Amino acid sequence: MKKNNRLFENIIHGIFLILGLITVGCVLLITVYLILSGIPAVKEIGLIDFIFGKEWASTAAVPKYGILPFILTSVYGTAGAIFIGVPIGFFTAVYLSKFANKKVRAVIEAAINLLAGIPSVVYGLVGMLVLVPAICEIFNVPDGASLLAAIIVLAIMILPNIIKVSVTALDAVPKEYEDASLALGATPTETFFKVSVPAAKSGIAAAVVLGVGRAIGEAMAVMMVAGNVANMPSLFGSVRFLTTAVASEMAYSSPGSLQRNALFSIALVLFLFIMLINATLNFFLKRDKEQ
Amino acid sequence: MKKIVSFLTAAILLVCALTGCGGSKKAIATDGSTSMNKVISALGEAFQSDTGITVTYNATGSGAGIQAVQEGRCDIGLSSRSLKEDEKASGLEETILAYDGIAIIVNPINPVANLDVETIAKIYTGEITNWKEVGGSDAEIVLIGREAGSGTRDGFESITGTKDKCKYRQELTATGDVITGVASNPNAIGYASFASIKDTVKALTVDGVAPSEETVKDGTYVVQRPFVLVTKKGTALSESAQKFFDYITSEAASEIISNTGVVPAN
Amino acid sequence: MNNNRKLYIVCLRGLMIASTALTAALVLFLFGYVLINGIPNITWEFLSTKPSYLTERIGILPDILNTVYIVLATLIVVLPLGVGAAIYLTEYAKNKKIAAMIEYAAETLSGIPSIIYGLVGMLLFSNNFGTSLLAGALTLVIMNLPTVMRTTQESLKTVPQSYREGAFGLGAGKWRVIRTVVLPGCVDGIITGCILSVGRILGESAALLFTAGFAHALNGIFTGLTSPGATLTVALYVYAKEEGEFGVAFAIAAILMVLTLLINLSATLVGKYFAKRRSI
Repeated sequence: MKKNNRLFENIIHGIFLILGLITVGCVLLITVYLILSGIPAVKEIGLIDFIFGKEWASTAAVPKYGILPFILTSVYGTAGAIFIGVPIGFFTAVYLSKFANKKVRAVIEAAINLLAGIPSVVYGLVGMLVLVPAICEIFNVPDGASLLAAIIVLAIMILPNIIKVSVTALDAVPKEYEDASLALGATPTETFFKVSVPAAKSGIAAAVVLGVGRAIGEAMAVMMVAGNVANMPSLFGSVRFLTTAVASEMAYSSPGSLQRNALFSIALVLFLFIMLINATLNFFLKRDKEQ
Repeated sequence: MKKIVSFLTAAILLVCALTGCGGSKKAIATDGSTSMNKVISALGEAFQSDTGITVTYNATGSGAGIQAVQEGRCDIGLSSRSLKEDEKASGLEETILAYDGIAIIVNPINPVANLDVETIAKIYTGEITNWKEVGGSDAEIVLIGREAGSGTRDGFESITGTKDKCKYRQELTATGDVITGVASNPNAIGYASFASIKDTVKALTVDGVAPSEETVKDGTYVVQRPFVLVTKKGTALSESAQKFFDYITSEAASEIISNTGVVPAN
Repeated sequence: MNNNRKLYIVCLRGLMIASTALTAALVLFLFGYVLINGIPNITWEFLSTKPSYLTERIGILPDILNTVYIVLATLIVVLPLGVGAAIYLTEYAKNKKIAAMIEYAAETLSGIPSIIYGLVGMLLFSNNFGTSLLAGALTLVIMNLPTVMRTTQESLKTVPQSYREGAFGLGAGKWRVIRTVVLPGCVDGIITGCILSVGRILGESAALLFTAGFAHALNGIFTGLTSPGATLTVALYVYAKEEGEFGVAFAIAAILMVLTLLINLSATLVGKYFAKRRSI
């Protein structure tokens, strides 16, 4: 009986272990699949020509597969979104965490949760119908579908992430720190910016990195506002991101063709970026925990 | 607790049942070109109301549709361009269902009403960049086109002889997108399947010929491409799929086809 | 206080209030714009019929049903996996390395963008099961696994250690303790996980385009899962992009916005309800 029991417990233990390891399996599976399907095209095109090639013309008579425009666009687009989104998110987070009264905070937090829950195609839809014509009007350019439009949409999309993670970090700052500073005669504003913010800096850094991850990975909303031409990036030019490069040609590429394989290679490059960002994020989160 | 266990059992059973019925095939699956949405959906609907057999249509794009046939994932593939030589060599067969005019569209407030093929080519290759050079207002021309691999783009570029030379301002991934892009920008020019044109944009006449069923049929409207049904050579279609195939290529279906704005081949 | 210091304080305060107001205004604008453009297009016929190309009518019933099917299928698979993994981590894992590996894997999964899920889902599932809701659901399972795992883990942590010890003391085996003490204690985590997953599934488009396709056929759940179909969000994308039907797109967007609001509300309520019950 006892032996049976132990066997039973061991089996249960084994089942849970397997359930736990499924996550690891999924990550491995994704990595292996992406590498396997991404390598052939890189081999055929040549790593240097692929990464640093400035021209992408996948269906031309003499096809060119250079993805530097996509990489740079993704980097510039993300940087732009961070440049606009982080300050707004940061100040909002400090306000919510330290100044806002309970009711205001509850209402605005609910609003931010709503912003986080809006499907990305809705952002794209509104961007396409409001933002793109507006840019065309305001800056007097022939067409508004541009890197700038994508940057603004991305900045809005990463706001909720930045605010939520920063608020959590700021809330966790021990009250004693702030009390000490206040007792020394600093005003609340000075205290929160000179004491609380530095104390929460790892958490805020994590928020920024999270925003980078979300911005670089967004496809649908960007596809609807960026114009989608494989140009080298310029603010008012029509551009294509790593994500949209994959999404826009996937449906029409022929199976097994170099074009399709090259799209998988782009996905692999994107995946490498994401892994790098994840590692950075983990670094900050860990440091945050240690503090 | 018992509830959770029984719930889990039910879940597992359900999953088994699902994978189990993955193999059965009742509906006819079609897969491919987004431009053929209207025509194939209308045909499928008529066929279903006649026979009770459902026809599913998956708008994935010509390339994906061709792949789906090759891998046996659908019964009939839909392509809005003729098969390439290597695709034919890999054992696929094409049957032309209809011809579709590709309309050259501009914003309704644009005074330009007619262009010839040569001028269109010059505009798209960037030789002409301002509307005033072709009789319009003094404004930069904004070129809107489709993404690489699109059947519409393929058709347009091969007819105008601009393959690989177009200087697009926007490469959009769908017909509706192009129409919206042109409708929201007074200086834009684009191309889209004639069947999908709405009154938010104006279709230009090409060499003085307006796109219509007659002009596409007799070939005077030159910017056109075929809608193709793709099947596997030597592999028989399922009984119901064959029935559907016969129906849509028969004369009986031609009225439905022309109602959607394209010209039936049969 | 000198002037510089005053200026510093005023500037910072101004920036904070401006930022917060901007954020709030953005939400208001988005919500208002979508609702104003969408609600007039929602009619009973729109909600209860399937689209017809012969009569040129647009209805989103198939898309609503597809969404329900895909949500159900995803939850049925992801719940046991996610809850099981969480239980392993909090109750079983003694080997710190394995636990750290699992946690790292979960974090990696939650950072992967949906377009990559779409590609891998296409390779893994659609090539085997065909482009279908089932393939889409399985892709979503991987996407939502970390969410369910994390919420369950959070609530497991709140089950007092003394409960477990008490049950062990009474001679219960580990599995029995988990069944009778631990699992009932993490119901709130499971429910929150479900709600968050539903929210994510509702909003997903990139991962589903390549795996579940975008047909609008009216099906029962079993044929539905094995055939391609569009969820509401995918339908929104298709109607806006392919057909330029913005009225329809905004109507769907309005429905999605209201659903998002409801989902957020219910997540908050569930949290409050269980917090209250705990404190008693």
